[in-house]
Amino acid sequence: MAARKPAAKAKKPNVSAEELLDHYRQMLLIRRFEEKAGQLYGMGLIGGFCHLYIGQEAVVVGLEAAAEEGDKRVTSYRDHGHMLACGMDPKGIMAELTGREGGFSKGKGGSMHMFSKEKHFYGGHGIVAAQVPIGAGLAFADKYQGNDRVTFTYFGDGAANQGQVYEAYNMAELWDLPVIFVIENNQYAMGTSTKRSTKSPSYWERGAAYGIPGEEVDGMDVLAVKEAGEKAVAHCRAGKGPYILEIKTYRYRGHSMSDPAKYRTREEVQKMREERDAIEGVRSLLLTGKHATEDDLKAIDKEIKAIVNEAAEFSKESPEPALEELWTDIYAPLEA
Amino acid sequence: MATELLMPALSPTMEEGTLAKWLVKEGDTVASGDILAEIETDKATMEFEAVDEGVIGKILVAEGSEGVKVNTPIAVILEDGEDASAAESAGSAPAPAEEKPEAAPAPAAAAAPTAPEVDNSPDVPEGTPMKSTTVREALRDAMAEEMRRDETVYLMGEEVAEYQGAYKISQGMLAEFGDKRVIDTPITEHGFAGIAVGASFGGLRPIVEFMTFNFAMQAIDQIINSAAKTLYMSGGQMGAPMVFRGPNGAAARVGAQHSQDYAAWYAQIPGLKVAMPYSAADAKGLLKSAIRDPNPVIFLENEILYGRSFDVPDIEDFTVPFGKARIWREGTDVTIVSFGIGMQYALEAADKLAEEGISAEVIDLRTLRPMDTGTVIKSVMKTNRCVTVEEGFPVASIGNHISAVLMQEAFDYLDAPVINCTGKDVPMPYAANLEKLALVTTEEVIDAVKSVTYR
Repeated sequence: MAARKPAAKAKKPNVSAEELLDHYRQMLLIRRFEEKAGQLYGMGLIGGFCHLYIGQEAVVVGLEAAAEEGDKRVTSYRDHGHMLACGMDPKGIMAELTGREGGFSKGKGGSMHMFSKEKHFYGGHGIVAAQVPIGAGLAFADKYQGNDRVTFTYFGDGAANQGQVYEAYNMAELWDLPVIFVIENNQYAMGTSTKRSTKSPSYWERGAAYGIPGEEVDGMDVLAVKEAGEKAVAHCRAGKGPYILEIKTYRYRGHSMSDPAKYRTREEVQKMREERDAIEGVRSLLLTGKHATEDDLKAIDKEIKAIVNEAAEFSKESPEPALEELWTDIYAPLEA
Repeated sequence: MATELLMPALSPTMEEGTLAKWLVKEGDTVASGDILAEIETDKATMEFEAVDEGVIGKILVAEGSEGVKVNTPIAVILEDGEDASAAESAGSAPAPAEEKPEAAPAPAAAAAPTAPEVDNSPDVPEGTPMKSTTVREALRDAMAEEMRRDETVYLMGEEVAEYQGAYKISQGMLAEFGDKRVIDTPITEHGFAGIAVGASFGGLRPIVEFMTFNFAMQAIDQIINSAAKTLYMSGGQMGAPMVFRGPNGAAARVGAQHSQDYAAWYAQIPGLKVAMPYSAADAKGLLKSAIRDPNPVIFLENEILYGRSFDVPDIEDFTVPFGKARIWREGTDVTIVSFGIGMQYALEAADKLAEEGISAEVIDLRTLRPMDTGTVIKSVMKTNRCVTVEEGFPVASIGNHISAVLMQEAFDYLDAPVINCTGKDVPMPYAANLEKLALVTTEEVIDAVKSVTYR
């Protein structure tokens, strides 16, 4: 499938202005949030590992637009975007990044380990590909319980070479589990390009070995992602088993904050940003379709900036966890 | 408002760096994402991007400056319409240096009670009817009873359904519960362990059978990183209520890859609970408790014990709590501490020692996490001597841990060094004579007891 430019979608009839504005708002929230996180990292307020999602926003925003209440999601350590897109409070996410009491894990998880039962977000996993069988297991639980929920299981092109992915594929298809395997192919596993890690770079096609259908999707086009997501969701909800979406995307920043990114050229990054940026794509759809004016979009920018600033303030003001927290949440208490 | 750009920390360890090169000059307009400067850290040269849009009002640190501390203002960015004079006033604002409190909590001091409070009450009242049952049947009964009690409990593993279990533990379970709840998996330990962890996050209570714990090494990342740590990492929001069970330790003549005791490995992990029963009653009572436990439990069985019969309380809903050791026989001269199949050697040794007039108290730990060290300490305060028995390797063993606990909490009561009887520090050999030599023996336990009692 040829990568489609956002412009090719300009006259897509079935998208309301409201929907487009919502996608714009969601993607912008992720980008501004991540920029702020990068800034706080630079100030020493965020420690350790911090993997930013900048550039990949259309993937989660498009797929969340295809999800329904009760659907589950699980992902890797590059998880801030997924949490924002499924509606977790930016304040709680940022405060977890700064390791504070107000964070989603009370400061005990950090950037890579956050969860929300309420939003059906099951982490935040730091071991590359470990979330893949876990996602199949969440789907197993839904099928066992007899509901029609689906689980979005996100992983990268790097994780796609791990053995447990294929163990999960095999059982997911064998047991018809309602799981969507979402390969976020940003083309670099840390510093190793797909070219240097496999001679089988069309990751979605690997599902054929297990009987799992799938497709490649332009991840810089939020509408294309949503459309593919809806198709995958319908497949899973109908009880037909798993589905694979390989979403071609691009990460503008380094793998983590301490990545000098010498494995690719500045020109390559600039070209993606200038020609393919997903947020710019929706912005131009909104303006050319006369769904919004420059002033409307400026107002949204301002609104998002305020949300992010509020999250940053909260993350600085929230106290560090009480020292007693060291010893809590190791074991759940026995039920009576 | 003019904002200061601060020298960023570009790695978890960076404290200062070299401002190698400015890629913008005063008066330039910049947008979010534009590269402003190149900064050299101890590890690499990094590009420093603009976060906000604006105009570079003033460059405060010239390129080529070395040793620029993190959080030092290096430039001032003006918003649209501001003039350079705003930069002057901004330059003096103090950097918001974050003071990190040096508040590493002191390790919980071992407030050792001189005589620990322990519960050594019998598991069932005297006179409770008993039924002779094999460990194999006891395990099956425990699973079946819990599956009748709770719809969310299911069993998955290799050959657990149609084959009735590689060691016939799940005999009859497919017929009773159907293939929705008794599930044959492909040979794919890492994968199905991960699926079970996910299912536990999703509201089920999986029992995962490993054909042997040797194969669980393929899945150990899911057991430790996913199952054991999630409750903590989620701040208590979600955990993994599940059981990983199967035979552990040496069987007979199956060689190095199929003969390893993982007791000490799993007992080290906070977030896991670990049971290693010896008798059928404990196998049943502990497995039922394990299935009900809201935490991940490692349940270490033993192939050689599967066929052994013991009295099991013939009552409805018999459970054994975790963290309560059982005193198998009382004694006054020495405390022998063991668990799992090690109990066989401990009890045999105690019988033979009694003939020689040495009275051994034999303690079965039953669970290794939590571990009832209180019962051991209390016993050693009486006998003043201790020998531990296990089949695992000698380095960093359960016995080593008990020795350390006794040294820290009952030092003044010890009349002899604690001796750890363990398997030998070698991979398990196949040859019958060598295998026998590699395992711990009753004779070694007797010798150790004689040594600590100076006989």
